[in-house]
Amino acid sequence: GYICRNFTESSALLTRTHINYGVKGDVAVIRINSPNSKVNTLNKELHSEFIEVMNEIWASDQIRSAVLISSKPGCFIAGADINMLAACKTPQEVTQISQEAQRTFEKLEKSTKPVVAAISGSCLGGGLELAVSCQYRIATKDRKTVLGTPEVLLGILPGAGGTQRLPKMVGVPAAFDMMLTGRNIRADRAKKMGLVDQLVEPLGPGLKPPEERTIEYLEEVAITFAKGLADKKISPKRDKGLVEKLTAYAMTIPFVRQQVYKKVEEKVRKQTKGLYPAPLKIIDVSLTQYSHFSHISFLYKFGELAMTKESKALMGLYHGQVLCKKNKFGAPQKDVKHLAILGAGLMGAGIAQVSVDKGLKTMLKDATLTGLGRGQQQVFKGLNDKVKKKALTSFERDSIFSNLTGQLDYQGFEKADMVIEAVFEDLSLKHRVLKEVEAVIPDHCVFASNTSALPISEIAAVSKRPEKVIGMHYFSPVDKMQLLEIITTEKTSKDASASAVAVGLKQGKVIIVVKDGPGFYTTRCLAPMMSEVIRILQEGVDPKKLDSLTTSFGFPVGAATLVDEVGVDVAKHVAEDLGKAFGERFGGGNPELLTQMVSKGFLGRKSGKGFYIYQEGVKNKNLNSDMDSILASLKIPPKSEVSSDEDIQFRLVTRFVNEAVMCLQEGILATPAEGDIGAVFGLGFPPCLGGPFRFVDLYGAQKLVDRLKKYEAAYGKQFTPCQLLADHANSPNKKFYQ
Amino acid sequence: MTAILTYAFKNLPTTSKWALRFSIRPLSCSSQLRAAAAVQTKTKKTLTKPNIRNIVVVDGVRTPFLLSGTSYKDLMPHDLARAALTGLLHRTSVPKEVVDYIIFGTVIQEVKTSNVAREAALGAGFSDKTPAHTVTMACISANQAMTTGVGLIASGQCDVVVAGGVELMSDIPIRHSRKMRKLMLDLNKAKSVGQRLSLISKFRLNFLAPELPAVAEFSTSETMGHSADRLAAAFAVSRLEQDEYALRSHSLAKKAQDEGLLSDVVPFKVPGKDTVTKDNGIRPSSLEQMAKLKPAFIKPYGTVTAANSSFLTDGASAMLIMAEEKALAMGYKPKAYLRDFMYVSQDPKDQLLLGPTYATPKVLEKAGLTLNDIDAFEFHEAFSGQILANFKAMDSDWFAQNYMGRKTKGHAMIVEAYPK
Repeated sequence: GYICRNFTESSALLTRTHINYGVKGDVAVIRINSPNSKVNTLNKELHSEFIEVMNEIWASDQIRSAVLISSKPGCFIAGADINMLAACKTPQEVTQISQEAQRTFEKLEKSTKPVVAAISGSCLGGGLELAVSCQYRIATKDRKTVLGTPEVLLGILPGAGGTQRLPKMVGVPAAFDMMLTGRNIRADRAKKMGLVDQLVEPLGPGLKPPEERTIEYLEEVAITFAKGLADKKISPKRDKGLVEKLTAYAMTIPFVRQQVYKKVEEKVRKQTKGLYPAPLKIIDVSLTQYSHFSHISFLYKFGELAMTKESKALMGLYHGQVLCKKNKFGAPQKDVKHLAILGAGLMGAGIAQVSVDKGLKTMLKDATLTGLGRGQQQVFKGLNDKVKKKALTSFERDSIFSNLTGQLDYQGFEKADMVIEAVFEDLSLKHRVLKEVEAVIPDHCVFASNTSALPISEIAAVSKRPEKVIGMHYFSPVDKMQLLEIITTEKTSKDASASAVAVGLKQGKVIIVVKDGPGFYTTRCLAPMMSEVIRILQEGVDPKKLDSLTTSFGFPVGAATLVDEVGVDVAKHVAEDLGKAFGERFGGGNPELLTQMVSKGFLGRKSGKGFYIYQEGVKNKNLNSDMDSILASLKIPPKSEVSSDEDIQFRLVTRFVNEAVMCLQEGILATPAEGDIGAVFGLGFPPCLGGPFRFVDLYGAQKLVDRLKKYEAAYGKQFTPCQLLADHANSPNKKFYQ
Repeated sequence: MTAILTYAFKNLPTTSKWALRFSIRPLSCSSQLRAAAAVQTKTKKTLTKPNIRNIVVVDGVRTPFLLSGTSYKDLMPHDLARAALTGLLHRTSVPKEVVDYIIFGTVIQEVKTSNVAREAALGAGFSDKTPAHTVTMACISANQAMTTGVGLIASGQCDVVVAGGVELMSDIPIRHSRKMRKLMLDLNKAKSVGQRLSLISKFRLNFLAPELPAVAEFSTSETMGHSADRLAAAFAVSRLEQDEYALRSHSLAKKAQDEGLLSDVVPFKVPGKDTVTKDNGIRPSSLEQMAKLKPAFIKPYGTVTAANSSFLTDGASAMLIMAEEKALAMGYKPKAYLRDFMYVSQDPKDQLLLGPTYATPKVLEKAGLTLNDIDAFEFHEAFSGQILANFKAMDSDWFAQNYMGRKTKGHAMIVEAYPK
């Protein structure tokens, strides 16, 4: 093979699996195409092949410049191979990987033969770091082409020079925004920021399918630029605006630089509450590298980060999310094209919004014209907000909105492939609409109920076709919350499940599929924790204090605020229902607290008063002083041995986790991964802990059981560890994630 | 844009050719036509449709087409349209009371003369009893005027229709901003000085920012030139091919101009200026000169340039169409039959400019014709990259199968037929 390679390019093509190149004139076109995968990821093989190819290119007299492009539509390089990082046992191993990448990228950056990165599709993490090491970048201006450094979302940092090159390329503020939020940047925005030098518009159908020809065209354009760069007809330097020049100048003054970094750090500390080490490390590394690039300390930090619990938790969530984006039931027999939604309330309209913008023809039915109008307005506003953010054009908004039909009757339901009811949480009402709907829908139509706690089998009890009845539990606000909990009963058919998952995936949801039972999975886990919230408040802990304890543990919303947001009446409803179903284990706080709040009209945010007072336009919310008398009347003495700040946090979390594990034990949950995804994406369980199951693994089942037992001694059965958790505590080798 | 399309019809030479081929020397126009039709039935299909009247073009004229911003720049659209109409009256001597209807097509409407057909007709001396209306359908507006006339005659509503088109790109309606318009309208309604003052106090300087008519498609926010450049890229049409084709078009036009073949042009005396006698946009250049130009839309690497695109044009045209029996009865010798037409529309983003590819095979099939029956095609398009892309699309089985729902390509012959 070696001899051959010296003579022809095509044989080189045969010897490598991830990368090959051909020469057009004096331009080498390097094509990345990892085998058997939809995406290219930076792994060891790809890396070593890249070095091989570059060395050949640098050595060749014929080649004067190069173009780097992916053969996969929709993906340039999606980032470093996470499994490669996850497989590392020590910080040193990670450090070494990073070090190798650094060296390659540095060589690439100093290449005397210009290299043009031709970017189509996702260019993330290590992929972006590779691209910014090239001399020039051209990106396709389509929706699939996004650039970003999502490392922070995995609890690590851009380990291949991004922390050093990005601030110089796009300026410190923009670079921090990218690295600290991990957000994806669309191509046109990237052009404005200076992250890419040229844009190529995607092409329509021509003599080949659009995607194929667009990549070809991108390559052709990139080749002309590569030639231009080699001939010095084009300068790789971008003209910077005055503001940009001034900021760049200011950043060269050490004092200014330090002040800027300090400000950013303060802000990050406030937002992460010190629970996430990665963002702080990113700032730290970036600051030391701004003036001089210090390999060693930086590399070590990268290695360290990859080994943290937080990183393991976040990577676990990433994997879980990938898993929950698949339809384990396979493709449904019939694609859902026409969707009907009953009830144009907050949930119904939210579901409609995420459906119409994916092209589903959606009928939104309500009982009253005002209710319907409110719902239609919600959908329109949701779309219009996207227009304001320039994510949609007004024309696209209008044509998407045309997918929605508002109606007060069942006209057209004979076409419906699926009906999702989002009427008020009342069993007899749900029974009534189910019967009404079944009279008008076709045989294949799936009936899905959006309920947070009513058992689906009870709803299905009056159905003529219970195999078509399923639960689809959306979370509010539907257009923001990623989770969808799908509930199957004993009778639900596989095809109905496949249909529901397919619709959910189309709506862009992360999906967990659970068995039917009171509260399913998510509501059931939340209920005991909420009961504990009430007890803690009864014990005299101020709602503000409770909120700060929960947020500092990593919950995005404080526990008291959460009750206000969900709605006190809803919380009461759920507490009563689940209390009846599960008895003592769900006890703790006195439900009378909620009852009294409801009777006084303190329903939370929606009524303007709950634990807090909500006023339009007032940012800092104040405590509702009228709650004092209710809290005073239900006051119970705190138990000092379990009332430290940490104990309060753990009383909440252990009840949550214990119930989650019990759901797995009882088969409500099929896998721990779904449990973690459900808790984090639906209930705001601290992402840095990775979900209840990951938390048990990382924190230690024994330690957790010890805590539970301590609280059990104080309060009784509500804290009794479930069997599965006890099993894990007894055998330290048992893990939910092996 | 429209102006280029306004004179979309070329005389169909078929009738006389066939007539000659079969050595029938007709005594009158009608016998010629009938004889030709009779002969055709033996070898080819007749184009006469049962129960539908034959419709003919009696004659057509146009003003010289000028680059916008040149001699016509101080005129209004109806001035140009009026010139075309008077030219037509003069050329055909048609008695004005015979004309049943007048239709004009235009793209960007002058708000003062939104029914430009009527304003021009009144000024040109047509009967004030003759109704007129104006149609718009982007670049094909004038054809829409013509086929609307065909419809009126075919359905028996009219016997004689004047159809035309006009565009004056030198002056386009630039509006006040919506905020300013609202303020002005509210001021109109205000009753007291106090109300007026309070309204005026709401005025902000940014109200004065003008609103330009959209050059971009409303649905896609993309300009036509940009779309043409992408289309050329999708069909891999090179810059050189585009420049060559543009050079060919300009050279042929120049030849026609020099040889006096553009008999449809009528001179136009511009008030206060010299009489314009010929088109001023026909400018054959050299490939070297053309290669120097920078791309006009997709910068800096696109392929569509000012040299391989049509210019922004001022001009107007008008033509007299009649039911055949009416024309013959009036003693006219018609120049052509209007047999069939076809409008198509596609995805406005990626196939905005692919109309010819879709329409050509369809209209031939509809008329029962094949390529061999046609001696000359005339496509009116704004960018050479675009028409070349259309040729490649028509030549592609893949495109036909995947996008046109056809088993085989539209018409390969067209590509072969056009001489390089």
